[in-house]
Amino acid sequence: MIGGRFGIRKLGSLGGLMKTEKVSISNSVKRQFGYGLLHGNKKIAVGLKNRRNYTNYPEPSGREDSYMVGGRIVPPGTTPDDYVEKISQLDGEKVTHCDPHIGLLHRGTEKLMEYKTYLQALPYLDRLDYCSMMTNEQVFALSVEKLLNIDIPERAKYIRVLFAEITRILNHMLAVGAHVMDVGAFTPFLYLFEEREKCLEFYERVSGARMHAAYVRPGGVTADIPRGLMEDIYKWADQFPDRLDEVEELVTGNRIWMNRTVGIGVLTLQEALDWGFTGPMLRASGLRWDIRKSAPYEVYDKLEFDIPVGTRGDTYDRYLVRIEEMRQSIRIIKQCLDNMPPGLHKIDDWKISPPPRHAMKSDMEAVIHHFKLFSEGYNVPAGETYTAIEAPKGEMGIYLVSDGGSKPYKCHIRAPGFYHLGGVHKMAVGSLVADLVAIVGTCDLVFGEVDR
Amino acid sequence: MNTQALKRATLVNGGFRRALFGELNSRASLFRSYSSVVDPKKGNKNEKTGFQIPYQSVLERETTEKFLDFSAKQLLLTEILRGGWIVLEAFFREPFTMMYPWEKGPLSTRFRGEHALRRYPSGEERCISCKLCEAICPAQAITIESEPRSDGSRKTIRYDIDMTKCIFCGLCQEACPTDAIVEGPNFEYSTESHEELIYNKEKLLENGDKWEIELSRNIRTENRYR
Repeated sequence: MIGGRFGIRKLGSLGGLMKTEKVSISNSVKRQFGYGLLHGNKKIAVGLKNRRNYTNYPEPSGREDSYMVGGRIVPPGTTPDDYVEKISQLDGEKVTHCDPHIGLLHRGTEKLMEYKTYLQALPYLDRLDYCSMMTNEQVFALSVEKLLNIDIPERAKYIRVLFAEITRILNHMLAVGAHVMDVGAFTPFLYLFEEREKCLEFYERVSGARMHAAYVRPGGVTADIPRGLMEDIYKWADQFPDRLDEVEELVTGNRIWMNRTVGIGVLTLQEALDWGFTGPMLRASGLRWDIRKSAPYEVYDKLEFDIPVGTRGDTYDRYLVRIEEMRQSIRIIKQCLDNMPPGLHKIDDWKISPPPRHAMKSDMEAVIHHFKLFSEGYNVPAGETYTAIEAPKGEMGIYLVSDGGSKPYKCHIRAPGFYHLGGVHKMAVGSLVADLVAIVGTCDLVFGEVDR
Repeated sequence: MNTQALKRATLVNGGFRRALFGELNSRASLFRSYSSVVDPKKGNKNEKTGFQIPYQSVLERETTEKFLDFSAKQLLLTEILRGGWIVLEAFFREPFTMMYPWEKGPLSTRFRGEHALRRYPSGEERCISCKLCEAICPAQAITIESEPRSDGSRKTIRYDIDMTKCIFCGLCQEACPTDAIVEGPNFEYSTESHEELIYNKEKLLENGDKWEIELSRNIRTENRYR
């Protein structure tokens, strides 16, 4: 019935993969698992997993022999979206209800952060949206800086923007590559991963880790850019649009890709706004909304770039928006490299950022500050802030409450993927089962941030 | 392009496409029609702002395409063949992949890999048991116990790192005032059991002795940037 990597799992079967047969709920299954219900003549799956009652869902319409099938659709683990369980109800092959069950990757980041100093909380941010690491750190750093009421040096801002845009490219490369692979094309995925590898090398050179950088800190960045890195980034940025052209040549006009995406998962602008969509998902529906333009942070107001906007709000438009955003990011990266100012890479305030290494070795005052910072941390004035940035996936926001101590009193993370997953139902109803793959792929979900 | 011509083109191509791909068109009726979002006759122009995207949308391109162009594309598989050419080009390019166990990529001086405890050139341990690394570790992977030695110096009697808890954030090496605990360039230390990954002081000092040349060179380079 449906091909490839997705299957409808038989009701209640544990761990079985890849069953692609159509499943109706027979009495024996109901007896076996004890929570099927029969409603009139219609067979309705009830309480698939948590014994929740599904009977208030819209009933199937149309043919006499139409029946509802409950199926767990679990993507296997090659793409980022491997931690969700989508419980769908089908009418034939048409999806009548789609209900994502999340929480399989919940680690309680927000609660953990209440017990960590602001510096210790930082590495946890990397692990939220683990495809766009430095933007997570950036939003945390910006919110703490707002509470501290400090301004960071110009060079730190440029470094942050430079790596935020590299992060955007990293994220969109994975989003597009994995999405294209989900609907069946493997080659562009490999081409994009080659470029992604180069970007991760820049990450590694600047921070010491390929993914979980812990580089952007409140008060600036950890260490200055090493010599030669900017030149290498420039060389890479010069050739990257050509590689993007190659991918576009393979994908953009391809009839299979277009048949799988054009008109699939359409969201009107009003629907997109109603469901809290942000980022490329919202822009593809036709609203020119980008926090880099509407509320510029760091140095985005000094940089020249355009915001691509879609017109139809379907999966294909979202793909085009992401591709164009990568090209715009290259523009920003080149401007950052051209205008990189000299100066300090972090704020010269030993109460907030650790003193330089050589000072710590020779200056008693510096040693005291160093010990104080790495044991107790710094106190942040009491207050609350909601700070949001344009992360690659959308509006990434942090609501941070400080009670004046060295640890956050409360932290809430507004992750864009959470809202996009909430809208999957809206996009999926009425489509085919096979299109669920394309719809989930286009949401660019990373369950690190959805489940937090 | 005037409306008449557009309508004609839509009719011709639409009819032809239905004949070719009837099934796909009927499938499209399952979805909410996307023509309600953008009217192909009006193009991509936003009514409110008057904004027009600078290139033709797919829908526009398809509806205004010449009959012959459309037929040639559909029948001769031009876009598929162009994609095939890209793949062929890539086939003759130098491969980007490496034969891993024999070839390895370069590592920067900042790379945060396996931990090591360093010594002074005299052989004395650098660690002064200040426990800053234990305090800063976000994963609480480090355990230290210390007591004064006979000469009055404070040294650790126990320094354990649970490598399965460690998240390799590098805060311990940043916190260390004597550059004793460092994260070195080694990333190949997989083991077969969990117990082997709970490092004690002997193991960490052994790592330090093994990697000392690289470690000291990296620290010398990096101190300029911090």
